[in-house]
Amino acid sequence: MNKKPYVFFITKNLKPKSLLSSADRKLLVDPLDDDNPITVQVLGICSALAITVQLRPAVVMAISVVGVMAASNVIISIFRNLIPSRIRIIVQLVVVATMVILVDQILRAFAYDVSKELSIFIGLIITNCIVMGRLEAFALGNGVWRSFLDGVGNALGYGLILIMVAFFRELFGSGNLMGVQVIPDSIYILGYENNGFMLFSPMALITVGIIIWVQRSRNRKLVEEY
Amino acid sequence: MGKVNTETNSYTFFFASAMVVVVAATLAFAASSLKDKQDVNIRQEKMQNILSTIGIETSRPEAEILYDQYIIEQLSLTKDGQIDQAVDAFQINLATEIKKSVDQQRFPLFKGVVEDDTYYIIPLRGSGLWDAIWGYIALKDDRRTLKGAVFDHQAETAGLGAEITQTWFMEQFDDEVLFDEQGEFQGIKLTKTNNDPGNTDKSDHQVDAISGATITGDGLSDMITERMQHYLPYFNNLNE
Repeated sequence: MNKKPYVFFITKNLKPKSLLSSADRKLLVDPLDDDNPITVQVLGICSALAITVQLRPAVVMAISVVGVMAASNVIISIFRNLIPSRIRIIVQLVVVATMVILVDQILRAFAYDVSKELSIFIGLIITNCIVMGRLEAFALGNGVWRSFLDGVGNALGYGLILIMVAFFRELFGSGNLMGVQVIPDSIYILGYENNGFMLFSPMALITVGIIIWVQRSRNRKLVEEY
Repeated sequence: MGKVNTETNSYTFFFASAMVVVVAATLAFAASSLKDKQDVNIRQEKMQNILSTIGIETSRPEAEILYDQYIIEQLSLTKDGQIDQAVDAFQINLATEIKKSVDQQRFPLFKGVVEDDTYYIIPLRGSGLWDAIWGYIALKDDRRTLKGAVFDHQAETAGLGAEITQTWFMEQFDDEVLFDEQGEFQGIKLTKTNNDPGNTDKSDHQVDAISGATITGDGLSDMITERMQHYLPYFNNLNE
């Protein structure tokens, strides 16, 4: 079984191409805008609400999700012909959970301060619907390289929105960015106040809503026809 | 490639068992091979936290050296304020210790000396909104006034409860007096209505709370009271 040559491309209608063919590039770039997991697929909303109060955790979360998604997409894709379909969801969950625990353990040993910063957020990756959604929708039916690109692309699309939301929430909610005060004291003296409401979850939803609005007014493809 | 029928019951059982064994082995190997490094990090962080309550800021790797330099005594106290020589105070894990009955518990106390001033450092542990919170407070030589405090948490909300780890919050506790004029223990309340936002009154037993983090704040205040009361017998013995 081990010597089986892995199929890196679905070759029904596509010939194997150079490292990043235009179809591959689409896998990587589409999730950033046209097929964004949060604003278009509406996946991963839960963590977009939970961890976007400050920019720093959002950035680290985005990086961790890239790692976990790429790795689990690759693993599921490698084993895609061996996984019994009746327990495939359980298998996916086990793979994601294993990856997340490994990342957590390694961070604790080699990057203790980062791991403290992330604390529960790392564990939250397991529950992130995007990860399992892409495993189920893509990695189970596609080759390793394409699955890897899909994982990285979707994780980046997710991270991009996360960072945008966190940027506005931290800026208007606490006047900081990455924990550093950016709104000068002189403006506070003029009577400006931080909007504490930005720190609560509903404002994350509203911020995501505004981002979707802006995105759709720019990108008419996304607007449904009635 | 020999096509395996992946839909039979026996194959499903085989796949599931093999997966469990592989995953368990991988995780067990990772956990046990990384444990030593992780333990060192935790130990150094504990030293770093203890030192920072008495105003010694240091990096994690350096903490070990400075700890030996500044912390002169580690005591395990009983609830009556007696010293239990059999227990190493540094090894006491409050997370498990706090679940024992008060008679069974040993209360760790660290004594530090910086430039001829003696400080008493007390580890804390309690509950925030979502999970455990913990920290250390250092008392000055008079055993009534705080020298400093550090707090940390497992899972408080970022931007709200998690702000207890911020310097501006922890600095509020510097020089606060825990006892009233009659010598009765009062603790420290976190309040939004103390009319003292600048925190200039150090003997009001109050500091400014964090908006949106009332439950974390109350938990923190309760934690100081609950932990501190177990050390009162020992301090009373010293005062006599």
